Amino acid sequence: MTELSYTERIHAGFPPEGPDTADPKVLAWLIRRHGLEMTHLSRGSHIGSVFSLAEIMAVLYTRVLNVRPYEPRWPERDRLILSKGHAGAAAYAALAERGFFPVEELKNHYANGSRLSGHVSHKRIPGVEVSTGSLGHGLSVGTGMALGAKMDGLSWRVYTILGDGECDEGAVWEAALQARQYGLDNLTAVVDWNHMQSLDFCENTLALEPFADKWRAFGWNVIEVDGHDTEALTAAFEKAKNHKGSPSVILAHTVKGKGVSFMENNILWHYRTPQGEEYEAALRELEAQRP
Amino acid sequence: MRDAFTRALMREAATNPRLTLITGDLGFGVLKPFWETYPKQFINAGIAEQSMTGMAAGLAMTGRTVLTYSIGNFPTMRCLEQIRNDCAYHGASVKIVCVGGGFVYGSLGMSHHATEDMAVMRALPGLMVFAPGDPAEVEAILPVMLRIPGTCYLRLGRGGEPTLHKEPIGHWTLPEALTLREGTDVAILSAGGILTQTMEAAEILAEKGISAKIISFPCVKPIDEEKIKELVTRFRHIVTVEEHTIVGGFGSAVCEAAAELGTGCRIHRIGMEDVYSAIVGTQQYLREHYEMDAKSIAERTEKWLNQP
Repeated sequence: MTELSYTERIHAGFPPEGPDTADPKVLAWLIRRHGLEMTHLSRGSHIGSVFSLAEIMAVLYTRVLNVRPYEPRWPERDRLILSKGHAGAAAYAALAERGFFPVEELKNHYANGSRLSGHVSHKRIPGVEVSTGSLGHGLSVGTGMALGAKMDGLSWRVYTILGDGECDEGAVWEAALQARQYGLDNLTAVVDWNHMQSLDFCENTLALEPFADKWRAFGWNVIEVDGHDTEALTAAFEKAKNHKGSPSVILAHTVKGKGVSFMENNILWHYRTPQGEEYEAALRELEAQRP
Repeated sequence: MRDAFTRALMREAATNPRLTLITGDLGFGVLKPFWETYPKQFINAGIAEQSMTGMAAGLAMTGRTVLTYSIGNFPTMRCLEQIRNDCAYHGASVKIVCVGGGFVYGSLGMSHHATEDMAVMRALPGLMVFAPGDPAEVEAILPVMLRIPGTCYLRLGRGGEPTLHKEPIGHWTLPEALTLREGTDVAILSAGGILTQTMEAAEILAEKGISAKIISFPCVKPIDEEKIKELVTRFRHIVTVEEHTIVGGFGSAVCEAAAELGTGCRIHRIGMEDVYSAIVGTQQYLREHYEMDAKSIAERTEKWLNQP
């Protein structure tokens, strides 16, 4: 009996033709399943952030982004910047499952000589616009892209995903001022608002509340949504797209580590890698949720 | 140099609508002709250099050549990581322009002394560093720099420097060093506006019977290695001068290139000696204080030449 490939193991349990990755619930589940496997194989960090982001990423790649997997540099594509680059596994999983590159390659995350670095990289990876990893960069670059599109009268849109902890960075608020100043309604920021950062809860580190009011005060159109509800997220993105005159921010209420009971809201799982019994237990919980 | 920059840039903007200039809320007396003539190619990003630079990378990704403009250390060190990660790593066509390299804003204090910028910018892979010596060099190199696909750093002086090139430079080729005066006893090399001082030092040395060859390096990275090879073969002493720390800047670049050639030529570096300037004074006052004015350059050169 031959050993199953990485892809076969992850896709086991789906119909023979493979999972329906156009369904956001299926894609979100796959992002979590890959996130668990990738951080397990690589002994990598940030599984909590990947789980937090699963539905946001899944809705973007199924219902929002106008992109072509087989023509990743298509000039009219929408641009997505994952500013919280440490959740790179979520982006790689979504891109691979949507056909930008082979799913099998995900097993090489973090590996020597691999193109899949821990923090998301644009080098040699189709579908990634911008390399990130140092927080507080993505919204500025996204602002530049959106401004460029506006100056050229082009209709493609720019999406930037930030963490709430990332909003400690001053450059985020510089960009927030600029995007509003230039009236960039073709720019949507999404904040993965899981209330946790590297060492502690945001509230105990640098309190962001009143967070929504901060964005409103900066002149942004604020949309609050349950960040794990794919239908609500879809509607929020639609609202952002239809809003004119100022940039929109979707404040997505999420739970860090969402999907595995002992990881949820547990700061350990920002850095901890799932191994041994913890890996097995997480796998059992995910399998029980398979759509 | 500032005005030569704006003039040359406006010539480029006239034929290149994809050229975009972003300022960090500075340049009132300098950029006004540009923003009045090309308002659609001009953005004031406010006092927000980090996001200005990230935004420049994003704009460049929409097929533009983007210049970021500010003074002193603001367009470089304040946003160093944006230059490294967002611009240079992505090969974004962003040209970072600093007005006030060295002690131009001498009386304003240490915050405004740009004395490590070339070293810091030179360390970033793929980033080219330009430091023209006079307005003629600015006009010669700018069209070349703007056509380089990646990220570049342009270090300018102030306004009102004299044009030192007697002949038109004409077509300049990257990374050509330019000889302003022939000489046989010593070669004095410089990068940036300190060229006025090396030219004057050559006059002082000539009165003492010392013949100094004066060469300006408007491009510090990549450096004109051919020229350095020729100089270290011909001269026993080379003096480098920069209004900048001698750690990692122009003098270091010359030494790095020369060391690999293994000739017996001695290289003496003039610049800031690993200190921050806490002295208040005009540009010229500070050059004198740190012994990089014409008289000091001449005296130090003479002393070195007389060493066994």
